[in-house]
Amino acid sequence: MNEIFLRFLIGGAVVSAFALLGDLFKPKSFAGLFGAAPSVALATLGLTVATEGARYVAAEAHSMIIGAVAFFACASWVSWLMMRYKGKALPVTASSILVWLGVASGLWYVCLQ
Amino acid sequence: MKIQINPEVLAQTKWYEYAVRFLFGGLVAAAAGIIAKKFGPEVGGLFLAFPAIFPASATLIEKHEKQKKERLGLNGTKRAAEAVSADAAGAAIGTIGLACFALVIWKTMPNYSPWLVLLAATLVWMALSLLLWQIRKRFAVYRRRNRPEHSTSGQGDSATRRVA
Repeated sequence: MNEIFLRFLIGGAVVSAFALLGDLFKPKSFAGLFGAAPSVALATLGLTVATEGARYVAAEAHSMIIGAVAFFACASWVSWLMMRYKGKALPVTASSILVWLGVASGLWYVCLQ
Repeated sequence: MKIQINPEVLAQTKWYEYAVRFLFGGLVAAAAGIIAKKFGPEVGGLFLAFPAIFPASATLIEKHEKQKKERLGLNGTKRAAEAVSADAAGAAIGTIGLACFALVIWKTMPNYSPWLVLLAATLVWMALSLLLWQIRKRFAVYRRRNRPEHSTSGQGDSATRRVA
């Protein structure tokens, strides 16, 4: 329980720090790079190395590649939809989470299962 | 457009907007740990690249861009959508760096010092993301210069250039 709480605190702090960096920079396409920063990974992998060991972390990183490919699909989906239809950000980005889940689970099943 | 630091955005951001991002970031980090414990690192690892604060950041950008235009008495809907699109395009570039970050950790973590590997992987993400962003920027400039007629086709070109 303590470890989960620690993950929550460190994760929140690191993700917020990268988001803050993203806010600071212009132009927006450059700031967007920080939206795909390895913030969750940096926040948790150090802790995982200490508790589970390096091989466990390597296995997580292997799957993370698939997560990053899914993130690429999700971010491209948002970029295209917002430019093409000039819609509202919340429904578009919420739908992109479904894109991420679909691509990540599909690729995981094909490549790692 | 050159890379600039814009500190006035920090004053525009409300405390609860920071809190929301902290909450989402913390929840995803905790969830990734719980999922890895329950289903193994092969499943938990996927969530290390979950777009944790993507919706929160996009709505924040939309709100700030709209407010900026409305202060001038204009409707900022189109400009806000273009800014969110440009931010998402940057995130898409960053994900290539993110995949390489994971690749470096996957291949080197068992054989080298974990802290050194994390540092090297972060530098790889940063360098690759910057390089790819520069390439995309140059490519966009090249494409604009070589367009048949310097278009006024109503695609919001000048606004897009400013946000991108």
